[in-house]
This record gives sequence, C-alpha cells and structure tokens, in this order.
Amino acid sequence: MTHMISVRGLHVVGRRGDGGEVPIVRDVSLEARRGEVLALVGESGSGKTTIALALMGYARAGCRISGGAIAVAGHRVDQMDAGELRSFRGRTISYVAQNAGSAFNPALTLHQQVIEPALAHWVLPRRDAERRAIELFRAMALPHPETIGARYPHQLSGGQLQRLMAAMALITEPEVVVFDEPTTALDVTTQIEVLEAFRTVLVHRGITGIYVTHDLAVVAQVADRAVVLRHGAVCESGDTPEVLARPRTPYTRELVAACHLPVRPKGLDPAVDAASGTAPEPVLTLSDIVVGYGRVDANGLPAHRILDGIDLSVTRGRTLGIIGESGCGKSTLARASAGLQPPAAGTVRFRGETLAGRVARRTPEQRRRVQIVAQNADLVLNPAWTVGAILERVLRFFHNLRGAVARAEALRLLDIVQLPHAVFDRRPPELSGGQKQRVNFARALAARPELVLCDEITAALDPVVAAAILTLMSDLQETLGLSCIFITHDLHALRAVCDRVAVLLGGHVVEQCDAAALMRGAHHPYTRLLVSSVPEMRPGWLDEVVAQRSAAAAPFVPTAVGEGCPFVSRCVTRIAGVCERVRPPVVATADGGRIACHLPPGDLPVLAPGNSTIDA
Amino acid sequence: MGMSLAGAARRGAAFAARLAPGPRRALALLAFWFVIAIVGPLLAPHAPGEIVDRDVFAGFSARHWLGTDYLGRDLGSRLLWAVRYTVLICTLSTLLSCGFGIMLGIAATAMSVWVERVLGRLMDGLLSIPSLLFALLVIAAAGESVPALILTMGVIYMPGSYRTSRALALRIAQADYVMAALARGEGRIFVILREILPNMTGPLLSDIGLRFVYAVLLLSNLSFLGLGVQPPLVDLGSLVRENVLGMVYGAPAVVVPTIVLALLTVGLNFALDRQRP
Repeated sequence: MTHMISVRGLHVVGRRGDGGEVPIVRDVSLEARRGEVLALVGESGSGKTTIALALMGYARAGCRISGGAIAVAGHRVDQMDAGELRSFRGRTISYVAQNAGSAFNPALTLHQQVIEPALAHWVLPRRDAERRAIELFRAMALPHPETIGARYPHQLSGGQLQRLMAAMALITEPEVVVFDEPTTALDVTTQIEVLEAFRTVLVHRGITGIYVTHDLAVVAQVADRAVVLRHGAVCESGDTPEVLARPRTPYTRELVAACHLPVRPKGLDPAVDAASGTAPEPVLTLSDIVVGYGRVDANGLPAHRILDGIDLSVTRGRTLGIIGESGCGKSTLARASAGLQPPAAGTVRFRGETLAGRVARRTPEQRRRVQIVAQNADLVLNPAWTVGAILERVLRFFHNLRGAVARAEALRLLDIVQLPHAVFDRRPPELSGGQKQRVNFARALAARPELVLCDEITAALDPVVAAAILTLMSDLQETLGLSCIFITHDLHALRAVCDRVAVLLGGHVVEQCDAAALMRGAHHPYTRLLVSSVPEMRPGWLDEVVAQRSAAAAPFVPTAVGEGCPFVSRCVTRIAGVCERVRPPVVATADGGRIACHLPPGDLPVLAPGNSTIDA
Repeated sequence: MGMSLAGAARRGAAFAARLAPGPRRALALLAFWFVIAIVGPLLAPHAPGEIVDRDVFAGFSARHWLGTDYLGRDLGSRLLWAVRYTVLICTLSTLLSCGFGIMLGIAATAMSVWVERVLGRLMDGLLSIPSLLFALLVIAAAGESVPALILTMGVIYMPGSYRTSRALALRIAQADYVMAALARGEGRIFVILREILPNMTGPLLSDIGLRFVYAVLLLSNLSFLGLGVQPPLVDLGSLVRENVLGMVYGAPAVVVPTIVLALLTVGLNFALDRQRP
C-alpha cells in the first residue's frame, strides 16, 4: 500500500427528471501519499465536491457511484456496505464543509458537537475527548480554548466556526480529512488565520488532506499536488508549483489567467481632465451619511450605526471602488444611495440635486439615473418572468417603449451584455449564474442610467466567469460613459475596474486613494492589512505573511468603545490612550489620498511595489 | 371569440406546464369532478325524487346499476345529483374563503402594521372556534339554506387561507426582486399582482385544494347530522345519512356514496401530497 488514497476510473452518474442518467464524474483517477495535501480544483459543476464525497463512499441524492475503485487507507470504499461505511466515515475519513455557520446545530453547544464523533465511534471516553478537543482548539489558535466549547454557534464568527469544524473532523484522529471549500465564505483577513491553522494541524499530525477549492492562490498555499477538473474529468494534475507556474492545458491556463486580472489602464483619466481644464465633476455625493437601527438619541441618530459619517463622491465617468470585510457596511452604502435604506442623517446629492432618503419620494427621473445591480442574480430576477419581460418592463416603465420597439431594444440590450437572443424567452432559473448576472446588468442598463451601483456582482461567480463580467463592465463603462460604484471584497476585481478606492471599516471610511496607488506608498494600517492578506499564487506566501504577523503585537481589546478608530483592536501601530478614544483626523497624502489615522503621515506603513506580486 | 378562447387555452396549458406536479395532478382531478358535477345529472336516467322500484335497498342490477335507496329511488341518479351539490357548494365556499383569505393575506403584508395586527387578531379569533360548532350555531340561527351553508363555510376556512397566503407573501415581499421593483418605483398594486402573486401560485394552489377537501368533509358532516343540504336537494353526506339503515343489509345505497366521498377527498389529498413526479 503505497498510497493513502487511490482512485481508479471513478464514474458518478446523476438521474435526470425523465429517468435517464447523466455522467457527473467521468473516469477520474487520482492518488495521494500519506501526509500529502491534494487539491481538487475546478469551477462549480466540475465535479470536485462529488469526487471528494465519493472518497467517503457517499453520493448525493439522485446520484450514484457507477464505477471505479476507491481505496482510502487500505479500505475499498466502493465495496463497503452501509454498516462499514458508518464506522469508516468520521473515523478514518472526515469532512469539513464549506459553510460551518449552517453545518453546526444551533441548539447544541459546540463542545457537544465537536466531541460527538469521538463518542459515536467509541474512540475515547468523554473526559479524554473533551481534553483532546481543548488541545485541538489550542492548535487551531482559537481564543479561550478552555471555555469556547461551552458557547453556541451563533456566538462565534465564521472563521472561528470553520476552525471548530476542523477540530470536530480531527477529534477521532482520522487518516484523511476532506476540506470542501472551507475558506470560500470568509474574508481574506480571516482566511489567512484559518488556512494557517489547517496547515499546521495537518503537517503536525501527518494527516492526508483533500482540499476542494476554486481558488488557485489558496491551492498554492496549502496543497502539495493539484488536480484540475473540468466537466467531471481530470484536465491536468501534478505538483502544485508545476501546475501553477507551467500549466499545460488551455483550460488551466485560463484559470491561472483569471487570477491575474489586468489592472485598469490609468492612462486616459488625468489626460482628459487636463485637456478639459476643469475639475472633475462629481455625480453622486454622499455627505455625512449615518444609517443605523435601534433607539434614536436626541439628535435623531440611531444607537447602532451601520454607516457613520460617510463622505464620498463619485466622479463622472469613473468607478469608485468600495472595499471592506463583511459587515463593514458596503451593501448598506449602496442601498442608502439607491434610497432603499433611508439614512438617519446626512444628504445624498446627485449632480447637485438633493435626493430624498426614501426611494418612493424620489422622482422617476432621479430613480432612472441611479440603478443598482445587486449581488445575487438568483434572487434579484423574478423567477416567474421571462428575461424579455423583465427588460421590457423597465423599458416601458422609464421610457414608455412598448411592443416591437421595446422588443428590439431588449434584444439590443442582450447584444450589449453578450447574451444570445434565445435567452429572451427563458426564465431566470433556466440560466447559468454568469448569464443571470448579465441579465441583471442589462436590466440596469435598460433604464439608461448615469450611475450604476454594483454590489458584489462577481462574488457568487466562478473566477473565469467573473473575469468575463468584469471585462464587460469595464468596456461598457467606457463606451457608455457610465459612472459606477463597485462594491467588493475582492482586491483583484477592485483593481481591474476601479479608478478610485474607498476602504470601509466598521461603517467608517478609513482611507480613500487612487486605485493605482493601492499597492504602493503610504496607507492606513487597515488597508495594508487588507492588501497583504490577499493570497498570492506563489507557494510560500502564507509563510511570509504569518511570519510577519506573528512578529507584530498581540490583539488588543479596547476599554472605551465608541468614538475611537474602528481598527484599534487589530492595529499593530496604535497609540495607546489616543486611538481608542479620539476619532482619527483625516489627512491628505501626497498622491491625492485621504487617510483617517492618528499616525503622522510619515509613520504610516508603506507598501513597496516589490512587496506584492499582484502586479506581476 | 374563438381566437381568444384558443389563446386562453394555450395560456392555460402553458401555465399548467409550469406548475409543480402536485397541483397539476390535483387540477386534473378537480376538472374530472367538475365534469361529473356539470354533465352527470343530465345523464341521470331518473329524476332524483322519483320512486322507481318497490324494492328498497336493492343491490346492483342491470336496471338500477347502483341499486335503490330506502324509498326505492334510483341511487345512481341521486348520486349524480349529490356530486353536483357537494362539488358546487364546496367550490363556491372555497372560492369565497380563499378569495378573501388571499386578498387580505397579501394586503396585510403591503399595508400598515396596524391593519395587519387588527386583521391577525380577528382571524385568530375565528380560527379558535371549532368549525363544526360554529357551523351548527350559525345554521341553527340562520336556517338551513344553500347560500347560508356556502357563506358559513366560506367564513370558517378564510382564516387558514389568510395565514398561509400572508406567510407566503411575507417571505416573497423580502425577496430581492421585489426590492428591485420598489427601487424602480413600481406601485403597490403592480408589485402585488405581478411580482409577488406569480411566485405564490404553486403553494397557494395546494392550499386551495386542501381547503376544498376540508369543505367537502365539513359539508358532509353537517349533512350527516341533518343540518346541511335539505331534501329534496341531496348531497353526498345526506345520501349516507338517509340510507344509514341500509348498513345492516350491506346495501350499496350507503356504501357507494361513502366510497365516492372517499375518492373525492382522499384522491385530491394524494394528488397534492405526493412530491415526486
């Protein structure tokens, strides 16, 4: 037995509605040695999760393992009966799911759930299992390892839950652990901690890992070998550095290219301004916007603020990028601009006209000019309508186009977003994710807007599809002269389409700068953290980052919460006694940026161009 | 006219094709019962009140396919009439209860919180009264007539329909596509009719089907107790009641209406229930 995992000629089929069968996984062979981490890479629908589940002898409802030999740790998984599988799963091989938030039972404490596999398989008596759980919590670098188990899932963050889930998978000391996109739903800053925790545990315990992901940069950090999958078949496999540096097949090359989005050419913008000789004209201006909920104080301000004193403006024909972690108020910013969430204070101005906070009070013309493209095209297109009806409705509503004229215009819009005319009569559930996002975009364009608010439009898409959408957006913006607000948590996407960037943290704008300047020069400490947290497709990157961070100071819990800097608890350069009490002043930098920090501009952390290979 | 009828049929077929298999089967089954309710009495060989034989509680025979009842009337003919009244009364009362229930349910989500609170308490109050007791009270007070029956049953089943449709509408009203319509500035009526309602049809049809079944059961109960449909009219429940003496002879007069009743209710239930195609 040379290999811990050996799969030969695996076939998985799914049942169609009419009783026929479609192949989902076709003739896949792969192997992994003991202690090795093997990455299964591919976009959604490539069969990567199906293969990972087949290793556990499991096929999802409606699917069936129809052929091939699967050997894991000397067991023939494909020949096991239900009882054998039961004692095999969770004991010899265990599973870490993508969304730990929904994988834990909210009614039980974490301890009960984490030690359950050990008790169910009679591996350890309860007391020893609890001790081992605490040991694992410590190894996973979880805060308060002795007491964290007494909490309930809703009391912890996504990154913490993901590590707890890994602890649950490891409690029986299995030979193989399957990680199914465990960091996809996490912020980049959290992802680093989780990746590092996973990697340390795997290496120290000599566990063989199967790592399912679509993110090549993550693959570069955790996997020894990678298998690239497409349409359920192996496209390419080999050692990770080899696959990433010298991809052999066109598809892998495309995947690698999608991770290196071209940075938006900066050339034309200053030239245009200089030629016209006028100051850039702001289209949308937000001043001192406060949005929140809860009790309202004497000044009419809510107790819990999602956005607090936001000052931003979008220049005509430009794209303003908003970046930040989940919960920083990015989407609320878009909703407030669109009038879907009225601000408690502050004004929204469009071309000098003050817009009402509530969309119902805005004029049709004002509504037409600002269009929002929301994140989840699945939810934002009414499944009962055809694509044609969706577009024609907007054309009729804003431009009073009907009949053949509306139809022609709707088809033209489909052309613009590069969709075939056949889509016209289909309904959204029949379309792919990328197609839906294009329809979503076409609907916004149907209004002939001046400003488009794009809220995480690529977050739910595969990298290759997302790259195509970003290119489309960039092109359209240029040809139609649109202004955009582009909200994202993905720095690559941001740099591909934006002219200017605002960094949002805890409802405050901590920095504004030109997108081109994001990777160099002086920045807010939080911006620096964000930029340096974006995984690079270079093995060894994670080690460097972890080494840098562990040298820095331990996190700090502020005593006086409120007026201070939102970053104070994580900032390594904080000034004790000042940062947690006083709101930081906004300082202008040499290259036109604005930074809200107490540090004198000379002391701000500097990102050297060589520090990052994102430009490469 | 012919064109628009054909168009309507085509639209109807397209609508049915998009439905989940459960409601689609149930619709087909209901259509079958409607045909019997409409056409059946026209095919009946005898008038429902006509005494045709001196032999009471007769068994199946070539002359009277389903035998005769306690007065020697032709059971087959009476059964066809009974199906007409049961289906008719229950359909009208279901239309009434679900029509108002759905309208109020959706309105409650679109209007101010106070409308919803008042409506909700009213419906809860109605829901807390046992349905049979409520029907007995109303009919004892208002007298037994078909319109009174329809109205009473309509009121009894309205709160349930209101709750289901409100719950459905509330969920859909949170959907992002409704938000998109509001951001566009669409009116309330448009949002309700075009954005929310089309996405409720599947579950709503199941709900309407179930409420029809409940109505059939309640009407049969009432008629069995002698408070429902009164002679000379006849429905399935009263057919069972008047022939209940035939039970000891195993007469078709009591067995056949019971089976038909079961076919109607259980069949519809099954059609709605089975999730798989």
